[in-house]
Amino acid sequence: MKLLTGNDLKTGFVTWWTGTDWSLHIEDAADVGEAGEAILAVEEAARRVNAPYIIAGEQTADGPRPAHIKDRIRALGPTVRPDLTLKPADPAAGDWVI
Amino acid sequence: MYKYDEYDHAMVAARVAEFSDQVKRRLAGEITEDQFKPLRLMNGLYLQLHAYMLRVAVPYGTLDSRQMRMLAHIARKYDRDYGHFTTRQNIQYNWIKLEDAPAILEDLASVEMHAIQTSGNCIRNISSDQWAGAAADEITDPRPWAELLRQWSSFHPEFSYLPRKFKIAVIAAAEDRAAMRLHDIGIQIIEKDGVHGAAFYVGGGMGRTPMIAPLIKDFVPLEDMLSYTEACLRVYNRYGRRDNIYKARIKILIHELGADEYRRQVEEEWAHVKSLGIDPPKAEFDRIAKQFALPALDASAPDAIDRSDPDFAVWVDQNVAAHKVPGHAIVNISLKPVGGIPGDAGSAQIDLMADLAEKYSHDELRVTHAQNIVLPHVRKADLYAIWQELDAAGLATPNLDLISDIIACPGLDYCSLANARSIPVAQKIATRFSDLGRQKELGELKLKISGCINACGHHHAGHIGILGVDRKGTENYQLLLGGSGAEDVSLGTITGPGFDEDGIVDAIERVTDKYLAERTEGERFVDTFRRVGMAPFKEAIYG
Repeated sequence: MKLLTGNDLKTGFVTWWTGTDWSLHIEDAADVGEAGEAILAVEEAARRVNAPYIIAGEQTADGPRPAHIKDRIRALGPTVRPDLTLKPADPAAGDWVI
Repeated sequence: MYKYDEYDHAMVAARVAEFSDQVKRRLAGEITEDQFKPLRLMNGLYLQLHAYMLRVAVPYGTLDSRQMRMLAHIARKYDRDYGHFTTRQNIQYNWIKLEDAPAILEDLASVEMHAIQTSGNCIRNISSDQWAGAAADEITDPRPWAELLRQWSSFHPEFSYLPRKFKIAVIAAAEDRAAMRLHDIGIQIIEKDGVHGAAFYVGGGMGRTPMIAPLIKDFVPLEDMLSYTEACLRVYNRYGRRDNIYKARIKILIHELGADEYRRQVEEEWAHVKSLGIDPPKAEFDRIAKQFALPALDASAPDAIDRSDPDFAVWVDQNVAAHKVPGHAIVNISLKPVGGIPGDAGSAQIDLMADLAEKYSHDELRVTHAQNIVLPHVRKADLYAIWQELDAAGLATPNLDLISDIIACPGLDYCSLANARSIPVAQKIATRFSDLGRQKELGELKLKISGCINACGHHHAGHIGILGVDRKGTENYQLLLGGSGAEDVSLGTITGPGFDEDGIVDAIERVTDKYLAERTEGERFVDTFRRVGMAPFKEAIYG
């Protein structure tokens, strides 16, 4: 599967294309198939995302996951600061990242 | 410490206003990211792995309590309550919002700080000896010269678009505490026949093509230092490669031209530049130098230290250095607690260090390229009180220059350029060697980790260096031995095949065990490596 990711313009936070909008949570990401470039152009022009790009992903039982470690870390947050990740209360939240 | 004059204030205020307008236009969609990116980078604002990152300049690593408190304030108000001190003697914030950037720059300007020229192909923050002005072994304080270079290089119209970024270090002691010869220009102030001058080493650097800067001129009269620096830059700006980013640094130019030909061209250029009158009048230099005058220290202050608290004594032995004035000392605050993140400090810790500087160190602090903090002017009689406060705040780890005093870049946990994580490796090594007795048995051992070939973690210059690479999508770590960024400068050599995260920790333990087995009396790790060579270590690592 192919995922579309970028950063929020104002906050810089990592965002994922859900099919209709942008979410902070990788679990909400949608497979964009071959439509990534077209979505990217429209969304960037509208300033709903900054510096977007297309990545390879895979569907798992827990939802979509980026294929490469760099984007898996982007999806979670710094592995060395679980308190700063999107799921600070869940000690197992990062188990899939590395 | 240097205080801004009306020109400094006006320049920084104008830049804050300009960048505030640029941010407003970007948020309103009047300019694209492609147009905005070079503008934000000129103001130290990067887009990193998780958010915007702001790099704030700390000129030659020197700051006062008021400035340090502002760094804590920014961490608290605009970031996530911490900052990361870097190998360029700067501080970085990892969670900055674009819409907050103008307010942050205004706050910084209010304490005479900024983020200008902390990115881009320009002359970056000038670095120096963190003990400058206090060190017992220096011949003069190098910071007035570093400040002169800062003023000269700020918004220098000719050098704002160099072929590549440009880093300058200035030191004035025989012991090199600033990795001077691994800079684009390393300036060492020396004494010859009773006169001070500058030795110029040009063309050093780390990154993907590490090189030690050759000596280009052994003695430049200090009154000509600026014009000679300008001549060095002019030759580079004219002939440095702009067609290939990987060959654009001055080290490549000098390597290709040869040091002799580069020197000849600089001399020719210097003959012209000197006639332009850019070297400052003595009165102007004296105005700058006066602001770096040694604080009024009482040389009759007691020299003895009550060492009856054994934990305090251990810290004194490891983290306190000799000061040029009797009865005083230099305190090195380690930002490397066992299992911690090298260089990170919380806002409360930053505030505490500011308080201690105000109370005990004549209001001065330094940031070191090894990602630690220094209180440069402390009465020995105050050391115990300082240690107690540091200890209560988790800042009294007695490991300066030991194996757990690790330099580590942010790595793949934060950096979009990184290929592998640096911080977890540093944490695992520090934990493996957490026993202080074991660390002291190993003695001085500088371990440096980079998460990619750009070498922000100075891995080439580590007695033990680690380079994180991406091997088919998996983190892998190469091991280097024998580097040094000090006066015995050398570049590390790769041992062989790399390791995974746990494997690299095991490999380092085999290396240190081998060192203990091989060393002779008084030898540091790097001395033993240089004497016996790679072969026995390779045998120990790979069998």
